[in-house]
Amino acid sequence: MVDLTSSFLGIQSPNPFWLASAPPTDKEINVVRAFEAGWGGVVWKTLGEDPHIVNVNGPRYGAVHSSDRTLMGFNNIELITDRPLETNLEEIKRVKRNWPDRAMIVSLMVPCEEPNWASILKKVEDTGADGVELNFGCPHGMSERGMGAAVGQVPEYIKMVSEWCKLHTKLPVIVKLTPNITDIRFPARAAKDGGADAVSLINTVSSIVSVNLDTMSPEPSIDGWGSHGGYCGPAVKPIALNMVAEIARDAHTAGMPISGIGGVTTWRDAAEFLSLGASNVQVCTAAMTYGFRIIEELTSGLSNWMEEAGYERVEDIVGRAVPNVKDWQELNLNYIAKAKINQDLCIECGRCHVVCEDTSHQAITSSVNGKRHFEVIDEECVGCNLCVSVCPVDQCITMEQMTEGTDPRTGQPISSEYSNWTSHPNNPFSNG
Amino acid sequence: MTSQRLQSLTEELHPPLTAHEAGVESDRCYFCYDAPCITACPTGIDIPLFIRQIKADNPKGAAKTIFDENILGGMCARVCPTETLCEQACVRNSQEEKPVRIGELQRFATDTLMDTGRQPYERSADSGKTVAVVGAGPAGLSCAHRLAMHGHSVTIYESKPKPGGLNEYGIAAYKTIDDFAQREVDYVLSIGGIQVEYDQQLGTSVNLSQLKDQFDAVFLGMGLGGTNALNVDGDTPAGVHDAVDFIEALRQAEDPTALDVGRNVVVIGGGMTAIDAAVQSRLLGADDVTLVYRRGQDAMNASEFEQAVAQTHGVLLKTNWQPIQLIADDGQVSGVEFEQTDSANGSLQGTGNKRVFECDRVLLAIGQQFDAADALSGVELQDRRVRVDEYGRTSDAAVWAGGDCVSGGEDLTVSAVQAGKVAALSIHQHLSA
Repeated sequence: MVDLTSSFLGIQSPNPFWLASAPPTDKEINVVRAFEAGWGGVVWKTLGEDPHIVNVNGPRYGAVHSSDRTLMGFNNIELITDRPLETNLEEIKRVKRNWPDRAMIVSLMVPCEEPNWASILKKVEDTGADGVELNFGCPHGMSERGMGAAVGQVPEYIKMVSEWCKLHTKLPVIVKLTPNITDIRFPARAAKDGGADAVSLINTVSSIVSVNLDTMSPEPSIDGWGSHGGYCGPAVKPIALNMVAEIARDAHTAGMPISGIGGVTTWRDAAEFLSLGASNVQVCTAAMTYGFRIIEELTSGLSNWMEEAGYERVEDIVGRAVPNVKDWQELNLNYIAKAKINQDLCIECGRCHVVCEDTSHQAITSSVNGKRHFEVIDEECVGCNLCVSVCPVDQCITMEQMTEGTDPRTGQPISSEYSNWTSHPNNPFSNG
Repeated sequence: MTSQRLQSLTEELHPPLTAHEAGVESDRCYFCYDAPCITACPTGIDIPLFIRQIKADNPKGAAKTIFDENILGGMCARVCPTETLCEQACVRNSQEEKPVRIGELQRFATDTLMDTGRQPYERSADSGKTVAVVGAGPAGLSCAHRLAMHGHSVTIYESKPKPGGLNEYGIAAYKTIDDFAQREVDYVLSIGGIQVEYDQQLGTSVNLSQLKDQFDAVFLGMGLGGTNALNVDGDTPAGVHDAVDFIEALRQAEDPTALDVGRNVVVIGGGMTAIDAAVQSRLLGADDVTLVYRRGQDAMNASEFEQAVAQTHGVLLKTNWQPIQLIADDGQVSGVEFEQTDSANGSLQGTGNKRVFECDRVLLAIGQQFDAADALSGVELQDRRVRVDEYGRTSDAAVWAGGDCVSGGEDLTVSAVQAGKVAALSIHQHLSA
């Protein structure tokens, strides 16, 4: 029997799915609906100081769609909560009191002065919330005022504010990181050095989602002008997975809990974040696309997979794939794979041939004995996986490892020994 | 009843795709390498490219890709038996037995550009050469347009008072509402350099030797003209009509709802014309329509899709029955006697089992025949139609031909368009030499 309960920094929730700090967690009415639907916890939409900020009064969101208008990427220029601080605090207190088994984290963003942080932390403690998340991530609007990503892009600021927060509250402190940096490990290390208990990532990616070619205005357009927003949704998941893994396998931050965020749409996305070292996940875009009821798929999908795979508890998955994430130079150069086309499944669209011919290694035929036929030429195939990537039929082309004999491309015998770049004779810095 | 009948002439059986539907459907195309659908299209339209252009919100570019190979791409999108042509070749059939809806996408693209009233071609500088085209049907229009693109001056001689050929006179109304056939002709002719002379019958008001004298080249695209007669004993009673005539009368009627289509109709034949006549009769209020074909359903020229259209419109398909005699009551047809046939081993044999299908109307759709042979002295025939080579050249060096009137003609609009195009290129080469 699978147990989906989650303990993140000792904060209990019935499942590892929290709603991220965002519009879905801005008000009591939304959060109660989320809890009724079954969400494990929420990170309340970022609180700031009074007077509360104002938002634009026009479109805040933009989207990248597929042809059938599946939402692939999502972009926003909304700021932090635009309601009075006291209103939010009252609602947080009431919701936490009424839903004691759900995680209640409060996201915060105030100017980089110690008294400001000390002051708001006390107010949050009074609500009975379970923890705080420091919003060092929002790339738009607030960053122009020296907050959000403007803090997250300077590791020294992250460390400084983390230290203040640990000093002024007993609540667990989570630092939410921006992906709009060169190397995610530096802000993560700064959070750890500042005493933060965990990091959550990623926040949104700076973006212009599209340009209206009639008006020449970026979208979303406010009176003919646009401003960069934050990109999120399924499109950013690969970026987030890498950043989570980088932190998980970095010696400096190893073991620091991670809350994974970025395009989680299905249970499989969540399982991937967990496997790369996240202890739980936060979701926003999927809920904003389909509504809160997706939690039913997320929990049932995750528990079905765990049951089949033989995992009993969420912790059993966390970090399982991390040991397999390596630097490129550690990859085994003696591993030889060739593409293989299953002729029974092949529908003869020829895309594998044309992309290999035009853009890669000329390793797939277009005809054999005058007949339309697509077949891998092992003498040319470098095993690059392009054909697999473009084939419209699942499992029609697979990469098959060669374990013995000679690689027909290089004429070299297949070696079962592990050998990587560090010892390769072509490497000027070879240690071999 | 009247309003229902009126609706049947103004409403399409297959409404056009919306922009969203076109976007979703275009996304299903895999943009195949050396795509089989291109090979399967008689005019060789670059189908993956035009679908990709639709997907990229460039329907006008898509239309030009279509028109580059088939200037009547709009009508072909409506009448092509796509399930036996491009869509049959779609690789999606192997994957999920659901091809990309190429015909409907083609219509989306061509409608979009045609609605602007502008065609993407300009006539080249006047070449000083002149070409006579006989027949303003698909073959003639295609040939004329391509010749005009190259700067030649074309005069079309059309026997009917309107252009379009079978697109205007031979296709059921529900397939081409809003006078599409005429709008398309206007669109094609808008390139300039093409003059049309109406009511000009080859062999009567105009003859081939005159045309050869007056023009640098002649293209024959007059179609078949005649229809096959029913080979049964006795006089033809009232109420027996040729299906092509029926459709022509319907298409040209000022008030089609006033037509008497009969209450109990027997259509004899198994091709597209038979289906058109049968469905059209049902849509115009006939109570019972029975389509009777002498061979099995597999042998019908009408595509499976067309057969299904007939069946869903309440047409009863009876196969393996051949007509024996027309039965009349006081000079008015009252039934047709048929004999059951066996066509299992390829040859058609009567089984001796006979029965009468009662009716008050008979529509004959048993094929067309070439009726202009007498007007073509000096041009060799083959199988009672004009003999041409792969470039549309006849035995006369100054005469080209294409469409239904040539031997081996496929009785398809799209094939006629291709024949006209190929002949035009050959004529252009000849004139440029």
